[in-house]
Amino acid sequence: MRVPDVELLWWEGCPSTETALSELRQALSDVGLQAVQVRMREICSDDDAGQAGFIGSPTVLVDGVDVAPQPGEPAGLTCRVYRRRDGSISPTPDPMDLRDALRRAVAAEAA
Amino acid sequence: MSLGLGQPLPEFSLPDTGGQTVALVDGAQATVVVFTCNHCPYALAWHDRIQQAARDYADRGVRFLQINANDAERYPRDSLEAMRQRVAAEDWPMPYLHDESQEVARAFGAQVTPDVFVFDSGGALRYRGAPDDDYSDPSASAQWLRGALDAVLAGREPDPAETQPVGCSVKWKR
Repeated sequence: MRVPDVELLWWEGCPSTETALSELRQALSDVGLQAVQVRMREICSDDDAGQAGFIGSPTVLVDGVDVAPQPGEPAGLTCRVYRRRDGSISPTPDPMDLRDALRRAVAAEAA
Repeated sequence: MSLGLGQPLPEFSLPDTGGQTVALVDGAQATVVVFTCNHCPYALAWHDRIQQAARDYADRGVRFLQINANDAERYPRDSLEAMRQRVAAEDWPMPYLHDESQEVARAFGAQVTPDVFVFDSGGALRYRGAPDDDYSDPSASAQWLRGALDAVLAGREPDPAETQPVGCSVKWKR
């Protein structure tokens, strides 16, 4: 099975990084990718955010693609607001979005 | 430096979203000040619970105020206009105040959004921290805030009296 590139972009102004990493590792395990190493990238400045297209912390990229894209959001040092599938507001992505993104990445290579 | 338990409620007056200046007045059995904002997922996740607490304690002489002190230049979603739009679109049982200079937030030592301060009828700080122990669980019902209010209204010390506020850092001006 192909191993996707998984990256977590974070900013120290949000307390959600640890939870996001834990949920991401659980999602990797759920889809059989527990051996994948998550690359952590700290975003430290507005310039960093602009260059990375970082729209808030945490942001999870699978093969460079945001697991929960929010088109039109401006780049900047902020905490990201996610809307989970049950409608609740969350500081971290819906685990179902994480798993779906990981499965898509694996399936894309297989196809 | 944040306010410590027992310290007095700082005097302040701030504009609300309707342009009225809101000042503290004597007579409340308790006063709750919540530093919050429009763009933080923690503040948003706890928002309905705080609003409901304000409704539930309104007839017990408790005054609730929410204050947004974030730097609106860097975070336009926290501008006064964005605050107005939000209040117009929602049912707010309390004033939403704009601390443009951030002086009030500094006087309180607010750290994050949301950051909850509960004062007794004499203006002494009796609780500071998070609304409850889990932003992701609506059934937590702002239990720490409610417990603090129940204690203050009964003349007891809240337990817990302090918890770690959890949320997005206050966006200070540079």
